Amino acid sequence: MQPPTMPPIPNPARPNGHGRVPARAGAGLKPEHYAEIVETRPDLGFFEIHAENYMGAGGPPLAWLTRIREAYPLSLHGVGLSIGGEGPLDAAHLDRLRELNRRFEPGLFSEHLAWSTHEGKYFNDLLPLPYNADTLARVVMHIDQVQTRLGRTMLLENPASYAEFEASTISEVDFLAEIAARSGCGLLLDVSNVYISGINNGRDPGAYLDAFPMRHVGEIHLSGYAEDEDGGIPLLIDAHVARVSDPVWPYYRRALARCGPVPTLIEWDNDVPAWAVLHADVRRADAVLREAAGLSDHARVA
Amino acid sequence: MPASLERGAGGERAFAARLLDPDCAAPRGLRVPAGGSADRRFSVYRNNVAVGLVATLAARFPVCRRLVGDAFFDAMASLFALQSPPRSAVMSAYGEGFPAFVAEFPPACGLPYLADVARLEVALGRAYHAADAEPLGPAAFGRFPQGAWGELVVGLHPSVNLVASPHAIVSLWETNTRDATVRPVAVAQAEDALVVRPHLAAAVSVLPPGGHAFLSALATGVPLARAAEEAAARVPAFDLAANLVILFRSGVAATARIGAAPL
Repeated sequence: MQPPTMPPIPNPARPNGHGRVPARAGAGLKPEHYAEIVETRPDLGFFEIHAENYMGAGGPPLAWLTRIREAYPLSLHGVGLSIGGEGPLDAAHLDRLRELNRRFEPGLFSEHLAWSTHEGKYFNDLLPLPYNADTLARVVMHIDQVQTRLGRTMLLENPASYAEFEASTISEVDFLAEIAARSGCGLLLDVSNVYISGINNGRDPGAYLDAFPMRHVGEIHLSGYAEDEDGGIPLLIDAHVARVSDPVWPYYRRALARCGPVPTLIEWDNDVPAWAVLHADVRRADAVLREAAGLSDHARVA
Repeated sequence: MPASLERGAGGERAFAARLLDPDCAAPRGLRVPAGGSADRRFSVYRNNVAVGLVATLAARFPVCRRLVGDAFFDAMASLFALQSPPRSAVMSAYGEGFPAFVAEFPPACGLPYLADVARLEVALGRAYHAADAEPLGPAAFGRFPQGAWGELVVGLHPSVNLVASPHAIVSLWETNTRDATVRPVAVAQAEDALVVRPHLAAAVSVLPPGGHAFLSALATGVPLARAAEEAAARVPAFDLAANLVILFRSGVAATARIGAAPL
């Protein structure tokens, strides 16, 4: 008989036990890499999936995911719930998320501060909302519904934005902090989005990170953006098409210095490269995480 | 009323309406840094939506895309997406209405088979994501006495999808999927397609004469002999032997029973 153990202390920033998804780097799971991952069992902290890609009745995606889940911790990342939307949440979609949570027992579940559905039309993109008292109340209500239906806490991700709203009366950081405080959800800090939004809206990404409520952060995202311009000023596009962009790394270190090591995802969703290329960025993030934990490579070997 | 106007600025309705209208200016109420353009910023969102939907359709209809070329396909898909945006966040199901759109798309009228090839690609997508089930092989059917086969009630595999066409859609699909240089295809040859995914890999094949009618009848739950009669009545050239080979060997059957007794 095992002695009775103390019940875990709930921590919104580390939902369902931090040990489930370790404070290491992970990768977005892509069909192009299924077979190689199963055959070679690469060393990484976790895989993250877009929930909507695994909502069929059966078939290869669920079969591969079942095999990969046996070997790795999993993070479930929704892209279509429209939490920031004016309309009610789609109950059928919420049920599909609940079923994926039940079947694959992901250590983390996250969604976006964005909307994607309006009056039944789904735009397949993460669209922005103004930050004010009305939208704050609505987002908190939606997150409450998600957490109740799924029976777990979720993480909410900060968006990449190309413009702001005159109707906003609250800063994005304060908006997210207040959502976390009121709903009990954790936050997913996308450092690339912080950088992209900062450049695009003329704000300092460093000041954003210094003000961010790090105690709520349960995961970090990193990705590569595309560069465009608007009348001669830079316009960064959140494209997930390349290695993590160079200017993002220092901000990643700056975030870790405040929040400590947290699970970190390398997102690469378009122009997906060979697994080895994606894995190289995962290892690079792992090295930064080890630094942040105060462990040099030498110390680990010793 | 100023208050309601203020509330309306930044609202979803104005934003959403302009996402699907390529010629529209940005909604009012956007704030951009000095030197920036609200229209330019909004065009990023609009472009992301269009590119994402067209990419989804391009991934689901690769053979149609090869048949008409990337530029033609992307323009056609873009018009479809603006007219019929998704109704669900499950994008693997998007594009079910695309074949009907293609059939009525005047610039594509010179390719009368294109809509049916699109229907075949819809069928493949459905089969790919269909529920899993263990298919029955010849040995399973062999356990029933041959004299009783006419009484068999066969449950088709959840991945079975049938596409009837007066055009050579399977031959077109095969050469455009597998060959670097496409083979000439006699497109006027009618081909009824069977799509089935017994395990992880989907297979596309041409049904023997009467096969579409035979499997469609079985799908309604009638016994095998009755399904064969119906197929023969509808298709005089119905080939029972060839259709039994399909039934027993291709993985299209998931259950079989005689009377109330399941296999």
